[in-house]
Amino acid sequence: MRRFLDRYWYAYAMVLPVVVVIAVLVLYPLAQGVFFTFTNINEGNIANPVLDRPASYDVVGFKNYLNILSGGESYGAFWDTLVRTLIWTFACVFLHYVVGLGLALLLNRQVRGRSFYRVLLILPWAVPAFISAFAWKYMFNAQYGIINQALRAFGLPDPVWLGQNNWALVSVIIVNVWLGVPFMMVALLGGLQSIPGDLYEAAEMDGATPWQRFRHVTLPGLRSVSSTVILLGIIWTFNMFPVIYLVAGPNPNARILVTYAFERFFSGASRDYAIASTYGVLILSVLLVFATIYRRALRKQGEVW
Amino acid sequence: MTLDASSLQVVQAQDRRLRRAHRSTGASVALHATLIVASIISVFPIFWVFVTSLKPDARAVEPTPKLVNESSLDNYTRILAGEKGDFLAWFGNSVLIALMTTVLGVFISATAGYAASRFRFPGKRGLMMSFLLVQMFPFAVLIVPLYNILIALGLNGTSIGLVLVYCTTAVPFCTYMLKGYFDTVPADIDEAGRVDGLSPFGVFWRLILPLAKPGLAVTSFYAFLTAWGEVAFASAFLSAADESKTLAVGLQVFVQQNRTEWGHLAAASILVAIPAIIVFYLVQRFLVQGLASGAVKG
Repeated sequence: MRRFLDRYWYAYAMVLPVVVVIAVLVLYPLAQGVFFTFTNINEGNIANPVLDRPASYDVVGFKNYLNILSGGESYGAFWDTLVRTLIWTFACVFLHYVVGLGLALLLNRQVRGRSFYRVLLILPWAVPAFISAFAWKYMFNAQYGIINQALRAFGLPDPVWLGQNNWALVSVIIVNVWLGVPFMMVALLGGLQSIPGDLYEAAEMDGATPWQRFRHVTLPGLRSVSSTVILLGIIWTFNMFPVIYLVAGPNPNARILVTYAFERFFSGASRDYAIASTYGVLILSVLLVFATIYRRALRKQGEVW
Repeated sequence: MTLDASSLQVVQAQDRRLRRAHRSTGASVALHATLIVASIISVFPIFWVFVTSLKPDARAVEPTPKLVNESSLDNYTRILAGEKGDFLAWFGNSVLIALMTTVLGVFISATAGYAASRFRFPGKRGLMMSFLLVQMFPFAVLIVPLYNILIALGLNGTSIGLVLVYCTTAVPFCTYMLKGYFDTVPADIDEAGRVDGLSPFGVFWRLILPLAKPGLAVTSFYAFLTAWGEVAFASAFLSAADESKTLAVGLQVFVQQNRTEWGHLAAASILVAIPAIIVFYLVQRFLVQGLASGAVKG
C-alpha cells in the first residue's frame, strides 16, 4: 500500500478534485435516479422539507419500464419517439458533418478575408442557446415571421412551421444544424491543417484528380478527428434538449426521448420524477449500446481509441 | 539526360503550383459567393434579433416586417434602468457564476487532463470512460437528487452550489480536450523541467500550462458558455429572490403566459449575447488549433 501511494500519489492528487466533484454530484445522484426508476415518486409523494412532509412513495419494481416499453401514448409512445430521435440525430449529425466539412474545406484555402469569414461562421456557437432558440422561434412564426414573409414574397407555399405536423421536426432540425455546424467546422478545419502539405504535392505528382486527392488524402487524414467529433456529436444531439424544448415546446411532432423526459419532469402539478428518471436510464442504455458498437467498428478498422 | 528530365519535372510542378495558387476568376467568385451566403445564414438570426430589439413590443409583430419601425433605444434604457426587474444584479450574478465555473472547471480539468496525459495509474481508463458516460445521461432529470445533495452540503441557493453543478457538465469535455492537447506537448519538456529541479506540479504549472494556451482558450470558452446560458439548473437551485437570479432565469419575465414582450425580450437577449460574443472574440484565434489537437488525440 505504501509503495502504491509513493508511486502514484502525484497522479491521484491531480485527478482527485475531478473525481470528488464527479462522484458527489454525478455518481450519487445517478444512483439515486436509478433507484427512482423502481418507484412511483412524484411531486405529490416526495419528502418536502418546506412543508415538513415525509416521503410516501412506494417501490413498484419494473412497472415504469413495462409501462414505457409497451409504447403507450400516455407514456410518450416510446418506440415511435425512439424512431423520431434516431431520425433527428442522424439527420442533424449528417448535416453538421457535411456542411461543416464543406465550409472547412473552403476556409482551408488561400482566400481573402479568411479570418473575417471564420469569425462570422463560428458566431452561432458563441450565442447562448436560449437566445438562438428565441431568434428562430420568432423567425419561424407562421404569420409575421420573416421566413414565411420571404416565402410568400416569392410566391412559395408558407407552411405552419411549428404546428402539429412534421414541419415541426424539420424546423428544429434546421435550428440545430445552424447551431451545430460551427463546432464541426472548427474541429475539421483544425484536422485539415494538420494534414501535411507534402501528401497533396505527392498525390498531384502522381496525377491524382482533385476528387481522388479528397478521397485518398483528405478523408483518411481526417479520420481520427472525425471519429471523435461524430461520436460526441451523436451523443450531444441525442440529448439535445434546449433547442427542441424552447423552439417547438411540448409538441408531440418534434418530441424526442429527452424532451419527453423533461415534459414529464416539469409538467404542471404531477411532476413525475419516476418516469423522467426511467427515460433517462433508457436513453443512457441506448447510447451505451451505440458507443460500444461504434468502438468495435472502429477497432475492427484498426483504429486505436 | 536524366538531369534534364528531372529538372523539367520540377519546372512543371512549379508551374502547376502557381496555377493552383492563382485560381480562375470563376472559381474565386463561386468560393466567395458560397462563403458570403453561409456567413449571412450564420449571422442573420442574430442580426434580426438586434433589429427587433430596437422596436417597441407592438411593432415587433407586424404583418410586414420592416428593418426600421419606430426604432429607438427605449427597450435598452428601460431594461438597464431596472424597470423590468433587477437587470444589473442578474448580470452581476451571471458574470460571477460563469467566471467561477470557467476558472474552477478549467483548473480541475487541466490537472486531471495532465495526469491522464503523463502518468500511468490504475483507474485511468475507468476515469476516462466515466467521462464519456457522464455525457450520455440527461442530467437535468436528476434535479431532485442534486437538490437534496446541495441541501445536505449546505450549498442550496448559493452560487457555489450552482458553479459545482455546472462543473460536472463542463469538466468531462474539458478534460478530454486538454488531455489531447497535453499529448501534443513533447514529454522532453517535462523531463527537462524535472532535471532543473521542478516538482511534477511545478512542471505542470510553470511549463506545461503556458504552452497549452490554445487548449485552455477552447476549454474556457466552453466552460463559460455552459454556465452563461443555462436555464434549468439555475432556476431550480438559486433562491427565488429577484436579486439572486441569473440573466437566463430573469429573462423569463418577458415571456408571460398570454403576451410575449418581443421587443424587450430581444433587447435583453442582445445584452446577454454581448459578453458571450466578447469572450468568443478573445479566444477565437486559438479555437481552430486548440480544438483540433484535442480531438485528434482525444
